[in-house]
Amino acid sequence: MRKTMLPVFTVIFFALGWALFSLSNTTVSQIQPRTLTLATTTSTVDSGLLDRLNPVFEEKFNAQVHMLSLGTGAALRTAENGDADVVLVHARSAEDAFIEAGFGINRRDVMFNDFIVVGPSNDPANIHNLESASEAFTRIAQTQSLFVSRGDQSGTHQKEQVVWATANINPQGNWHLSVGQGMGNTLLQSSELGAYTISDRGTWLALKDRLNLEVLIEGPVKGGDLILLNPYGVIAVNPAHHSDRDYELAMAYIGFLTSIEAQQMIDDFRIDDEPLFFADALNEQPNFEQYVPQSR
Amino acid sequence: MTWWQFWTESIGQAFSLLITFDTYVWSTIGVSLKVSGLALIFSILIAFPFAALLAYKKFPGREFLRLMVYTGMGFPSVIVGLIVLLLLTQRGPFGEFQLLFTQEAMILAQSILILPLLTGVAMSAMEAVDPLIGEAASSLGAKPLRQVWVMTELAKRGLITATLSGFGRAISEVGAVMIVGGNIVLSQDISLTRTLTTAIIVETRQGKFETALALGLILFLLVLIVNLVVLRLGRMPSSA
Repeated sequence: MRKTMLPVFTVIFFALGWALFSLSNTTVSQIQPRTLTLATTTSTVDSGLLDRLNPVFEEKFNAQVHMLSLGTGAALRTAENGDADVVLVHARSAEDAFIEAGFGINRRDVMFNDFIVVGPSNDPANIHNLESASEAFTRIAQTQSLFVSRGDQSGTHQKEQVVWATANINPQGNWHLSVGQGMGNTLLQSSELGAYTISDRGTWLALKDRLNLEVLIEGPVKGGDLILLNPYGVIAVNPAHHSDRDYELAMAYIGFLTSIEAQQMIDDFRIDDEPLFFADALNEQPNFEQYVPQSR
Repeated sequence: MTWWQFWTESIGQAFSLLITFDTYVWSTIGVSLKVSGLALIFSILIAFPFAALLAYKKFPGREFLRLMVYTGMGFPSVIVGLIVLLLLTQRGPFGEFQLLFTQEAMILAQSILILPLLTGVAMSAMEAVDPLIGEAASSLGAKPLRQVWVMTELAKRGLITATLSGFGRAISEVGAVMIVGGNIVLSQDISLTRTLTTAIIVETRQGKFETALALGLILFLLVLIVNLVVLRLGRMPSSA
């Protein structure tokens, strides 16, 4: 018997890993579907909505959706680089910039929900009676109460910046903490710190039982401040820039998300009996603003 | 729920996930093993000969290369991920191969990540072998390659340490695989590029701490088993 066992155990190891993987992978490789790479946001993935929608699309078009759950900024950058076929994101100004730069085409509204401002129940900045998010932000800044910011150029972070800008405040100081994390982690961190933050309603609903936080400013879904509206758009990557991407399948996906069937599924989607997303792609009097950048 | 219930629940969940043969968990384990295992093999194939060269042969620039190896051992995995991303993106130099967000990309990133560690530890082990043994072998008529082989055999324990620490760093790493793999799960609940570590991130992000900890325990068990097997094999009688 030879001395060195290194080759032996590496082979055993390799075989073990390969066997385990191929075992779980056989069903997939037999069908040979087309691949659609979707760059989207944590809120749509973590809520479970796309896990409901995508299998229906995959069945219809013999496709396999590879979902990348990133922040809106990172999703658009990934698409700009040509590493995704289609994006589903929620930051209108960033989407418009993406389209104006020529990287995205055929934008459609898909659905909306809203943001809410949450904070500790003792509410040190006393914002719970306010209607306006920007007024609440003003008080948080004045009282220098802790505020946790995503700080990651996600759709939620961009909305936060819009609210600060509306309040005419440049949030600076050691009360405004930029954590660079996803929504879930940001909420968990706010809860531990007893801080305010802005959250999309979906992630909030999924996590609220674990948090020592309360909704203090409601968004438009519950009749609150309109500035907190959170619309989602779907955009195909421009094939003139990236001819290798599957533009046809991307358009099929846009067609699917904005179809009567998928729109109904979006409206029917519930977490703890609460609706999460409100479909708005279809309307007898279409909203033309969805097709063009709002600056035009 | 008191704090200790949390731990017992996590341990229970870890075992029930394994026993019920949950496809999501097992395919995630499969991806972790496949990616880190292949990265380990590719890295060994490059690192061990390279380490032998650095340990036994004197040539100009050797000191610089050794410095780079030791520096590379402290390289953060996210940076390796970012560099591989920039290489593989459609806009990068290797974009035409469409490798981003695949297992191949993850294997590449982890191979690069553990290469300095494997080289550094292997190099130290080889240097610890008395060079007189090589010279003795040579005077007994061994050709240079045979001479290197004799010395490598004596460094075996150090090479096993290099292998285990390389595997440990690869399978526990999260930054690089998250960036270049994309953390993809297919809708049949089968992992494509999600590993145990990125799955832990996903569960933590959603506040499912019990499941996250359960996956952590599975990762621990996996590394434990691999180490047991490797150490047992390494201790086998060296000659018949």
